[in-house]
Amino acid sequence: MYDVTIIGAGIVGTSIARELAKYELKTALVDKENDVSNGTTKANSAIVHAGFDCKPGTVKAETNVKGNALYEQLCKELDVPFKKIGSFVTAFNEQDLAHLKFLKRQGEANGVAGLEILSRDEVLNREANLSREVLAALYAPTAGIVGSFELAIALAENAADNGVDIHLNSPVTAIEKTAHGYRLTAGENIIESRYVINCAGLYADKINNLVNEPYFEILPFAGEYNLFDRSTGDYLNTIVFQPPSDKGKGVVALPTVEGNFLIGPTSEGPKERDDVKTTSKGIQELREKGMKVVPDFPFHKVITSFTGLRAKTPDNDFIIDKPAGSPRFINVAAIDSPGLTAAPAIAEKVVQMVKDSHGFLVENVDFIPFRRPVNRFIEAPAEEKAKLINYDPRYGRIICRCENITEGDIVDMIHRNAGAETIDGVKRRVRAGAGRCQGGFCAPRVMEILAREMNVDITSIVKDKKESYLLTGETKAPAKEFV
Amino acid sequence: MNYDLVVIGGGPAGLAAAIEARENGVESILVLERDRELGGILQQCIHNGFGLHTFKEELTGPEYAERFIRKLKDLSIEYKLDTMVLDVTEDKLISAVNTLDGFFQIKAKAVVLAMGCLERTRGAINIPGTRASGVYTAGTAQRFVNMEGYMVGKDVVIVGSGDIGLVMARRMTLEGANVHAVVELMPYSGGLARNIVQCLNGYDIPLLLSHTVTEVRGEERVEEVVIAKVDEDKRPIPGTEQVIACDTLLLSVGLIPENELSKKASVEINPLTGGPVVNESMETSVPGIFACGNVVHVHDLVDWVTEESCRAGKHAAKYVKGELSASDEPIRTEAENGVRYIVPHHIQKDNIDGKLTLMFRVDNVYENARIVIKNNGETIKSVKKRHLAPAEMESVKLKAKDLEKIQDGTLTVNVTVEEVVAQ
Repeated sequence: MYDVTIIGAGIVGTSIARELAKYELKTALVDKENDVSNGTTKANSAIVHAGFDCKPGTVKAETNVKGNALYEQLCKELDVPFKKIGSFVTAFNEQDLAHLKFLKRQGEANGVAGLEILSRDEVLNREANLSREVLAALYAPTAGIVGSFELAIALAENAADNGVDIHLNSPVTAIEKTAHGYRLTAGENIIESRYVINCAGLYADKINNLVNEPYFEILPFAGEYNLFDRSTGDYLNTIVFQPPSDKGKGVVALPTVEGNFLIGPTSEGPKERDDVKTTSKGIQELREKGMKVVPDFPFHKVITSFTGLRAKTPDNDFIIDKPAGSPRFINVAAIDSPGLTAAPAIAEKVVQMVKDSHGFLVENVDFIPFRRPVNRFIEAPAEEKAKLINYDPRYGRIICRCENITEGDIVDMIHRNAGAETIDGVKRRVRAGAGRCQGGFCAPRVMEILAREMNVDITSIVKDKKESYLLTGETKAPAKEFV
Repeated sequence: MNYDLVVIGGGPAGLAAAIEARENGVESILVLERDRELGGILQQCIHNGFGLHTFKEELTGPEYAERFIRKLKDLSIEYKLDTMVLDVTEDKLISAVNTLDGFFQIKAKAVVLAMGCLERTRGAINIPGTRASGVYTAGTAQRFVNMEGYMVGKDVVIVGSGDIGLVMARRMTLEGANVHAVVELMPYSGGLARNIVQCLNGYDIPLLLSHTVTEVRGEERVEEVVIAKVDEDKRPIPGTEQVIACDTLLLSVGLIPENELSKKASVEINPLTGGPVVNESMETSVPGIFACGNVVHVHDLVDWVTEESCRAGKHAAKYVKGELSASDEPIRTEAENGVRYIVPHHIQKDNIDGKLTLMFRVDNVYENARIVIKNNGETIKSVKKRHLAPAEMESVKLKAKDLEKIQDGTLTVNVTVEEVVAQ
């Protein structure tokens, strides 16, 4: 019997899991995928938003600004890369200018600190590669960039280190009310739980509808992105937004915390919940819109493109509530942008709801907020490098040539809680295969390491999802006379 | 650690350069190789056709590599395997790691960059669709099949007609896979004519010119791809789409010289080749740092890599011995009509011993053309070519008598294709 079961191991589910781990509770985190962070959390802009574009009084506004403030400490505790590089919303005409003023007022109403409207010269001084057509920009110093899936993975690991059970490959297909709470069918598991927290992202409405009356509908909106080679990683110093339109925040151009450059997203929908394909139309649109803010950008340096789906609702606000008649069921749904930023604050809010409902929660005195530090061989100074290899010679073997990731780095990430079991799982944790050859050289080596460390046959190693196999069997055996 | 010469890369280029440097009197040489064995990509090229020019016989890739590896060992040239170079400075300080020596630094008098190239990926050519598994670069698939002993799929479409793609079409067929088509964006093949004949025609694999893949489909593993004809601007023509059911898409869409280390050493990179700017001695813009093989420009035959790398090794030896003239007022080479690039990019005449080889690629298919090399408007040499194609590297050798005609000072060497009959 669990006290709390969280459905969905994206950024919201993992944040709540870790927050709950601070209390004496038996908590389960279940996900249908074979890895945590395998939905919306793995494909978004990875921006920690300042909070000026949420309507004052909304849950979004409240949790965005609170969440932003929690980031620095959280990422320090979990050893996750985070850089507060600030953001610009650019203006190219009078109408845009008026909108900047509106956003500044709105941001101030939300409690966003440090907002300033900078003149053309001031903007171009800071961003030499920005379009000369820019008239002014709203500067938000509190905006930042983070590794979104690194953070969710770190949260899951830290939650598990502090006693949370993670059940992967466990799609929730049935929920029944019981005398003490709920009984969930989650893959091969039957889970009894006093409380259920629904963080199922694109499937949150379906999960709610398994046991409660339908009262919201998730509309998946697709956003395509292009990711560019490291050599473009310093093209801008700041996150640069287009002038806002009715389609959300529009296409953003930004350096990523990992040292690449990202342009996206488009916004198309509603779509099917699993439709994450990229389109030639989307690729074209990103180029056109990107050109508006960075006209000379080397678009040919793209290394990959991807699509993320955002869980929208017509009301354009997060849904964090209990369905009628279900005091022990909490829906945390419609978490589209700025969900990543808001997640730490959402987690506090949801835990408070559990606390209120339960009456009290006992603090877990053994809770350790720190994740075992990640060694990141290539970033270590020379003497640290020597020490690492001395400690484990596998840190001396580079597996990913593009990002210089060692076998030591990879093995460490396989054996942690919520560890890597797939090629993409390794990529998301240590960047092996995330460089310009996109795993061309290292995929065979990574598969070999995964198979060895997990003691399975190499043909069972998959790229990402369960059926995304790479090898179809052995080659023909040599004829006997040649052996 | 101190060495006279450090060679970065133990593939065909690095091996030839190291051997040549030793035979030209350099005693202290170290080859650094990141893979578990010497030989580079040759080790996965188990088909034959290597060495026709160098050895006047047909060898497989591993056999070709083995001849150099044996020689390297006979000459007692030092090498380290499983060793990654992390940094090279302009002062030739090399930082590297491996499991035995840990993190270590080497001071070298001269360096040869021979890191080779990498394959362009799906991302680089932006094929839309799902992120299903089953999309491989041809070289990665080749490694799985030929070195690791695993098949990567059963029903295959190959996009791009580069040589590795063509060779893999045959290899996959021999391993029992069904190769449905090779799809090429350009109106001509990106691979050698002999590979089209041997690898496609012999197995009834269609080569679809002026076609592209417009979409990859499949939730988890590739299930089908959509191909379409393209117009003259390489844009898909609506209505020509065809769906091919398959589980595998191999990409053979070009190679890119791998020059991260060159950039760290402040070596000037030529935007056309993607490799270092080099002179007649294969010396880069940084004195004492040489480069050869696919790190400079992508070759079609390993024989030319060997020839070029011997030149690099020989001149690196001269540099170590203080016998190489510094570039003062070099002659620049310049590509004109029909020629994409020329290697070397500039020439210091007094460093040429005997002959000078100009290597280049043309930008289209030409029949009955003539390659004309001019200096200040005066024709130095003119060579008739029955057939020229972008897939094949061309070269012209200038002998002593041709070189005499080239004047000193800042001069331009022009290479032009005349009597053009574009297809």
